[in-house]
Amino acid sequence: MSDPIIKIEGMNKWFGDFQVLKDVNLSVEKNKKIVVCGPSGSGKSTLIRCINRLEEHQKGSIIVDGTELSENTKDIEKIRAEVGMVFQQFNLFPHLSILDNCTLAPIWVKKMPKKEAEELAMKQLKQVQIADQANKFPGQLSGGQQQRCAIARALCMEPKIMLFDEPTSALDPEMIKEVLDAMVNLAKAGMTMIVVTHEMGFAKEVADEVIFMDEGMIVEKAETKEFFANPKSDRTKLFLSQIL
Amino acid sequence: MNPDKNNLNNYIYVGTSLFALAILDVFLSSFFQINITSFLPSFLSFIFPLIVGLLGLHLIRIEFSGIKKLDLINKNINTNTFNALLTLVIIFIIIKSIPPIMSWFIVDANISGDTKEACTGSGACWTYIKIWMRRFVYGMYPNELQWRINISFILLVALAFVGYIPSEKFKKFLTLYYVVIYPIIAFILIYYLISGGAFGLEWVETGAWGGLSLTFIVSFFCLIFCFPVGMFLALGRRSQLPTLKYISIGFIEFWRGVPLITVLFMSSVMFPMFLPEDFFMDKLVRVIIAISLFEAAYVAEVIRGGLQALPKGQYDAAKSLGMGYWKMHIFVILPQALKLVIPGIANTFLALVKDTPLIFVVGLLEIVGMLNLAKTNPKWLGFAMEGYVFAAIIFWIICYAMSKYSYNLELKYKTER
Repeated sequence: MSDPIIKIEGMNKWFGDFQVLKDVNLSVEKNKKIVVCGPSGSGKSTLIRCINRLEEHQKGSIIVDGTELSENTKDIEKIRAEVGMVFQQFNLFPHLSILDNCTLAPIWVKKMPKKEAEELAMKQLKQVQIADQANKFPGQLSGGQQQRCAIARALCMEPKIMLFDEPTSALDPEMIKEVLDAMVNLAKAGMTMIVVTHEMGFAKEVADEVIFMDEGMIVEKAETKEFFANPKSDRTKLFLSQIL
Repeated sequence: MNPDKNNLNNYIYVGTSLFALAILDVFLSSFFQINITSFLPSFLSFIFPLIVGLLGLHLIRIEFSGIKKLDLINKNINTNTFNALLTLVIIFIIIKSIPPIMSWFIVDANISGDTKEACTGSGACWTYIKIWMRRFVYGMYPNELQWRINISFILLVALAFVGYIPSEKFKKFLTLYYVVIYPIIAFILIYYLISGGAFGLEWVETGAWGGLSLTFIVSFFCLIFCFPVGMFLALGRRSQLPTLKYISIGFIEFWRGVPLITVLFMSSVMFPMFLPEDFFMDKLVRVIIAISLFEAAYVAEVIRGGLQALPKGQYDAAKSLGMGYWKMHIFVILPQALKLVIPGIANTFLALVKDTPLIFVVGLLEIVGMLNLAKTNPKWLGFAMEGYVFAAIIFWIICYAMSKYSYNLELKYKTER
């Protein structure tokens, strides 16, 4: 258990001349739930996009499940298959039905037989309570339903880690709860999760650790209770006072 | 004096009568050469229908009459004097132009007989088209062998409908069928059946092919080849690999920068110079390759437009699910991008079909080429007009059918975002 599944050491990233991430160190153990918060532009999204290499880092190292991510990583697809990701804009495939969205990757990436993939997809869709929408297309669903479908789609790859990039930021207030409920259920089932979110209620409920980022640096990293009760840095205090 | 609710009926009666009078005047003068206003000075007589019509339309112009049809007319074509004027002028032009067109096409046209002398009327000489029809359709292909062209075209059309067989078992292979197997079958059919030289069929050299059938053959193969080539060029141009990227850019910009007529000319004159002596490639094949590569550059840019229109999130999502470059493109990116560019692709394909007459520069005579040949025949001088009208109608039918088909595809694959 003590061996971290994600280990980031001295990671730096630049967009051109602009340094987005500065000396980020982070290690996440299996089954831990980490919430990352911070003002916009602080590099939270970039950080988790680096973990499945949707963005490349320039310095330092990222080790995911024993494999270091670098330019030479030939099996980057294998790593990505183990790391599920949910996006702010859902990013469902609009030309495929909900069921096909969920079975596409298992069938073609994991070479799962079609029948098995469909059973798995239906199971995951049931988990997020949209099994009855399976034959509709993404455009016919509400935002909350789409986001839950996106979670189910990621889970169909049976990932070891789930990354959430502001999953509720593009949703109407009344739809946020249904997505958060799905995420809470997932957390209770023991998934390793890194969640970028502004939903502090969610953080308090499920997170083991909360990380506060600002200007590309991890300003504060603490256990959840500690983080909300006694924030250490002034920047964190200011942020919390504004958001709570 | 404007119409209102109370005197509406009177105004409508008077207005409609005046409007009808205007139409009648133009109708009689254009169809029967009767001028009912001959008692007026000639200028007044000329603009009489316009004035009467405007007056009539003015009298029935009321914002809301409660009569559905009248309101519709007023809303669409009679909102103010200027619109009424435009409407009248357009109606008059149509009425005026029907009789001459009708008389040229039908009333004064000839179709009987089989020599130039049979054409005595002042209208079109369809006899010319009738006599030359075989040449326009089959070119110089020997008459007694033309059944081979017919059969192979019927087979090709029949095979194109395989996609409508509603069998789950075959559905998986449809794309493979249309992209790979169908072109191969088409090539074999055309090679062995039309070209001959095997199975006891007499060899007919491609120089003898021509007319509409050649238009179809050239368009068909160019469409089939330019699409995949264009697709790979589009992907290549967006590739991360610099070599591939710059080769694609260079290729696209080269072909887009050269006129098609030059390309065709080079393919037949320059190209053979670079080939070894004993190497022979048929003129038709060279032309098809040249046009395909030329149009592929255009298709590539159209498809690139579609690729760029997709949100970056689609790439992210596909990657995050562990898909590699090809899986991502085949299952996620291309299906959406191609759907977006159906109108653009249709546009390019229509242009391609209409570019095929240019192959006359290398001595291949498709339908327009055959027309040019026929019009210089000493026995049939002076019927260029009929020929070009005929070709225009044929091309219009082909292109309109393609355009309708592409529109149907668009509706079929429409998705909500």
